[in-house]
Amino acid sequence: MSANHNRGWLHIEDLYKSYGSKLVLDNIDLSVSRAELCTVVGPSGCGKSTLLRQILGEEAPDKGHITLEGRDVGFPDTRRGIVFQRYSLFPHLSVLDNVTLGPRLTSGLFERRRRRREFEADAMTHLERMRLAEHAHKYPHELSGGMQQRVAIAQALMLKPAVLMMDEPFGALDPDTREQMQLLLLELWEAEQMTVFFVTHDLEEAVFLGTRILVLSQYYTDDRGDDRGDDRGDDRGGTVRRGAKIVADYQLPRAATATDVKRSPEFAKLVGEIRDLGFNPDFRRHVRDFDLRHPHSFRTLTPEEYRESQ
Amino acid sequence: MVYALASDARHRDNPQDKLLPTAGQMVDAVQRMALRPDARSGERLMLKDSAASLRRLGLGMALAAGIGLLLGLNLGLFGGLSALGAPFVTFISMIPPLAVLPILFISFGVDELAKVMLIFIGIFPVITRDVMLATRAIPREQITKSLTLGASPAALAYRIVLPQILPRLIDAVRLTLGAAWLFLIAAEAIAADSGLGYRIFLMRRYLAMDVILPYVLLITLLGYLMDLGLRQTLKSFFPWYVAGRNR
Repeated sequence: MSANHNRGWLHIEDLYKSYGSKLVLDNIDLSVSRAELCTVVGPSGCGKSTLLRQILGEEAPDKGHITLEGRDVGFPDTRRGIVFQRYSLFPHLSVLDNVTLGPRLTSGLFERRRRRREFEADAMTHLERMRLAEHAHKYPHELSGGMQQRVAIAQALMLKPAVLMMDEPFGALDPDTREQMQLLLLELWEAEQMTVFFVTHDLEEAVFLGTRILVLSQYYTDDRGDDRGDDRGDDRGGTVRRGAKIVADYQLPRAATATDVKRSPEFAKLVGEIRDLGFNPDFRRHVRDFDLRHPHSFRTLTPEEYRESQ
Repeated sequence: MVYALASDARHRDNPQDKLLPTAGQMVDAVQRMALRPDARSGERLMLKDSAASLRRLGLGMALAAGIGLLLGLNLGLFGGLSALGAPFVTFISMIPPLAVLPILFISFGVDELAKVMLIFIGIFPVITRDVMLATRAIPREQITKSLTLGASPAALAYRIVLPQILPRLIDAVRLTLGAAWLFLIAAEAIAADSGLGYRIFLMRRYLAMDVILPYVLLITLLGYLMDLGLRQTLKSFFPWYVAGRNR
């Protein structure tokens, strides 16, 4: 464990989560600072969304704590904004009503009446920035997928959450729209200096967007026992029940905000490296060799996982 | 066409035939029932019957829809309530409403209340269960999203979920209207002093097909108009629902 870490903006320590007998998250430690754009990648089924659900408070972890701004996360509340891949908007409300929903829900009956104009003006500012001002009075079903996601982002930002959580928000969009959305998100992030926790299965997207990338993977080994012979299984290794860990934690260069970067050789090299590290079942690193280069990275290994004396 | 031919054939054999009245006879009957005041009570019987029936049907349906909506919404949304209440609703829904009709007449009297209650008891379990299913089908993402936007449990139920369930409630009402008419006619046939069902079963004694047939047509027409009205309501007030359903 590195001694010099301060409790981060979003702080996770010794987090375990299992569904039935399947261990999904295995001793996760993570500290995210304010204004970081933190992307999480990993092979499908590794528990990215599970991790997100714990932070969101949709589910409670088996063990461990998660704190946001020094307070326990608890049930979902206004400290966290969320944009899902689908169903982020309320179909019965117009775009404008969707965006003002947060302020309207958090204010009392009379305040809501009195400040309605103010809320709407505020929402229009957000919508203008999302280039959606002319669609304010449409309903979500009249918008394209990309527009819907932009409304969802505006909706989540209205209450200025401590962290904006995004669960594969651009996963259902076509490649062009997707790229535009990525640029828009970067633009917003730079303007607002907000903290973003971005889950995706698209490695390129994660490397392109993040200032920090976390690779969550079940493909690793440790001193709890050998799972040789069980091949690709992640929890079939005899008596060893092993869930996903953060196997790599990098700081990413935040140089360009143009999509050209994606075609540069360094970008390709980094993507290839991470793909080997987290996505290849035949390439398993031991816990002691994890690539946790980020300055805020820390972890608390149990003696079973890693025996110093070995 | 077939009816006209058959009616004509029978009338050629026997001008007194009552089973298949001619169109002219039926028009006469409607005029007698709808336009001319009844000799004894001084009321236009067809209008009085329609008004009485519609009032009972409306009250029963409104009660069933209202209670069904509230019950279904809360059972669907809150797990604890559902564990308590859902088996109960399932149980109630298995009671054949017509079997309890005598109980209703005994306990609520032979007036309006028993008829309204019959419709209510027959319809509300269906609506409750439909609303419950619709509530459960709301994606979990939406529930979480509204919590992160600061919704309290009450706001979640009545400001997020309820408006989304309303159009589904209207659909449920449209589907149960047929059953509601059945319960209404049955109740009126047994004990009433007015109503469409009462008149039909009264006229049966006189083999007055010239009255019964227009009455059946009237009931069908009323049912169709109600359905049309509800469908238009959906179209004009819940365009997002209609669009989502057609997708």
